[in-house]
Amino acid sequence: MKGLRIIVLAKQVPDTRNVGKDAMKADGTVNRAVLPAIFNPEDLNALELALRVKDEIPGTTITILTMGPGRAAEIIREGLYRGADGGILLTDRAFAGSDTLATSYALSQAIKEMGEFDLIIAGRQAIDGDTAQVGPQVAEKLGLFQVTYVEAVLKIEKTKITVRRRLDNGVETVKAPLPLLLTVNSTAPDCRSRNAKLLMKYKHARTVTERQAATEDYLYLYDSRPFLNIHEMTVNEIKSEADQLGLLGSPTKVKRIENVILQAKDAKKLTAADKGINDLMKELIDSHVIG
Amino acid sequence: MANLYNDNRDLKFHLTHPMMQKLVMLKERNFADKSSFDYAPIDFEDAMDSYERVLEVVGEISGDIIGPNAESIDAEGPRVVDGRVIYAKGTQENLDALIKAGLLGITLPRRFGGLNFPIVPYIMAADIVSRADAGFVNIWGLQDCAETLNEFASEEQKERWLTRVVNGETMAMDLTEPDAGSDLQAVQLKATFSEAKGTWLLNGVKRFITNGDGDIALVLARSEEGTRDGRGLSMYVYDKRKGGVTVRRIEHKMGIIGSPTCELVFKDAPGELIGNRKMGLIKYVMALMNGARLGIAAQSVGISEAAYREALQYAKERVQFGKAIIQFPAVYEMLSVMKAKLDASRTLLYETSRFVDVYKTYQHISEERKLTNVERDEMKEFQRLADLFTPLAKGITSEFCNQNAYDAIQIHGGSGFMKDYAVERIYRDARITSIYEGTTQLQVVAAIRGVTTGGYLKQIHAYEKLDLRPELEKFRRILISLTQDYEEAAENVITVGDNEYIDFHARRLVEMAGYIIMSYLLVIDANRDMEYFRTAQVFNKMAKGEVKARGEFIRASSLEDIGNYKY
Repeated sequence: MKGLRIIVLAKQVPDTRNVGKDAMKADGTVNRAVLPAIFNPEDLNALELALRVKDEIPGTTITILTMGPGRAAEIIREGLYRGADGGILLTDRAFAGSDTLATSYALSQAIKEMGEFDLIIAGRQAIDGDTAQVGPQVAEKLGLFQVTYVEAVLKIEKTKITVRRRLDNGVETVKAPLPLLLTVNSTAPDCRSRNAKLLMKYKHARTVTERQAATEDYLYLYDSRPFLNIHEMTVNEIKSEADQLGLLGSPTKVKRIENVILQAKDAKKLTAADKGINDLMKELIDSHVIG
Repeated sequence: MANLYNDNRDLKFHLTHPMMQKLVMLKERNFADKSSFDYAPIDFEDAMDSYERVLEVVGEISGDIIGPNAESIDAEGPRVVDGRVIYAKGTQENLDALIKAGLLGITLPRRFGGLNFPIVPYIMAADIVSRADAGFVNIWGLQDCAETLNEFASEEQKERWLTRVVNGETMAMDLTEPDAGSDLQAVQLKATFSEAKGTWLLNGVKRFITNGDGDIALVLARSEEGTRDGRGLSMYVYDKRKGGVTVRRIEHKMGIIGSPTCELVFKDAPGELIGNRKMGLIKYVMALMNGARLGIAAQSVGISEAAYREALQYAKERVQFGKAIIQFPAVYEMLSVMKAKLDASRTLLYETSRFVDVYKTYQHISEERKLTNVERDEMKEFQRLADLFTPLAKGITSEFCNQNAYDAIQIHGGSGFMKDYAVERIYRDARITSIYEGTTQLQVVAAIRGVTTGGYLKQIHAYEKLDLRPELEKFRRILISLTQDYEEAAENVITVGDNEYIDFHARRLVEMAGYIIMSYLLVIDANRDMEYFRTAQVFNKMAKGEVKARGEFIRASSLEDIGNYKY
């Protein structure tokens, strides 16, 4: 079987899993300076899914597409270290302030410039916004079928693919035609580690902006090793309407941010008998905490 | 989410030793590979950066996968089904993660797909993996065997075998037999050349073979019919794909349970001769064992690290009599001594690794071109140091790791005796380190030559001459005095002129040299980074007591005394 052309959508996010007291600024926005920037966890699951397809079908190529500021090039490198074949950093001041609508617009316009593809795989959602909207919106804008909440690719045929979805109440096996967009859950396998050789091969990979700012003296490498050039795509390289980009193209408005402190109010005492436990179970099911 | 490289500053300290510059330049042949391999380093800084990044990957896999799997592997263990070994689930996961990360064949040349790392970063990876799971490290660490193939096999053989190792096939070294343990000259497994099949056929039994069902095995066998000693033995490589070897059973062990220890039956198993006939034991196994001994020293240091950390954490958390037990002198002293033994073990391990590195690299260079006289002399000097330090490092680090595991349990009190805490497993895993790849007693047999020929003394004098910060001068004075005690003790024993008398005191003498050497190394470490001042202080005190005690024992001893001990 011919190799697939896969695009993995990935995002650099602040590590909200280790939030300290300085995580939010006084104005209610995320203080990105104190939170380490990481590869969005479910996007790593997406990458692993893509890598497994590549393991199975030789000739498969994986391109990482990420939108963000210059430092998001790190996401591309992290992808290359794990087995991606290339990456594009979509970056421009024109994209600043994008909500999910403007982001999916910019991403889909970029994908149109990237040539033919068979699969787009994205993480279900990013841990900074938790919207789970970008993947589905990209599919809509590109007129693609989409399967969300995927945790495994079961079978790949010439024109279709079979995947397993993980839903609240069980699993679902779905067959869908290619090309297709998948969003991947954290129940999918963890992403593999960086590979030693790829790490050494790509550690000097830089975008043109990074090279201009570089203090290191490996600049001469970029001509003899073209794979070290990370493609930086600006707004000029995609066809776009200015009013659909960035802040202007973002209908979402944040009105106010509240700090919610979760704490137990009153304790409930259970009798150490079946009845007490049954009552609790019933209460939890009724209030949709479980079930 | 722990990274066992990043959370341990001692590793980076040893990785960035000043001698690395020379070592890396040699290993990389002045960075000749940079035009032909896209992952080869461009210069020294680039190489060091690569080692560190790769060790971060090792640290990550160790922290996220290998460490968390250790408990279930210890409980589940491997099993035998139809003559084949099935690893515990976690073992396979660990192995898969390391293979995907490209961490097999770390020291092998790039032309076979290896990373061409020096021994120092490879040993450091073993140090890290051992801390996570000392039982697992054996399976991964048997890639050492490939280094022996790289040293002695033909280019065509290397091409075939080494590329397979790099792609994740595991190895085994099949040496021990029921009647040939420490005494490998007694190996009986028969190798006969079959003209009909055009290959050597191996027949017999091997026992206590770590990872005996590995994909590729090095086998020591008797090729010369009628011989009875080591000169009749040759080395073969066996390919599991060809068949002929079955696993009869795996041993039920006290520790390192995840590492399958196999009894193997060879029935007309095809083997490929490595190097020359009759050189199996006297040359190739010696090289193999030296590599393996360094590996066990790394394993011991990793276990010491794990034991120390478990004990430290428990001592900080456990409250008795109204305070954390770490505040009691009896406990904090124990912890500081554990840390000093750990640091001493590690500095000895990496000093030894550097010696081995330089000498082995020169040896490989000598196959590519003629060495200059200066280079040849240097190779010989480093070989001499490697031979002196390898048994010392294996012997001492493994004994210290057992002591640290013992103390780690002690600090846990009754809880440490229960299966609930990791120290219990660490204690069991530690026990083998001073036994396999040559017991401590056999390391002493190898190391005593360093005492009788003055080899250790020469190196001690070399350390003695190094420039030190003024605040470290006091250590030099103490160590010069201890060296005199050591010289006197050695003199006392040697002048008696009786080999049994030397054997009787051998361990004492080797340990005296060891304490002085480790103490110097810690002072040199403190000279580079004053963070090690405390540990240098604690170890120096201990070394003084230990050296004096042994000196006193020897001073009060005479040939007639042996009678009181003999059976």
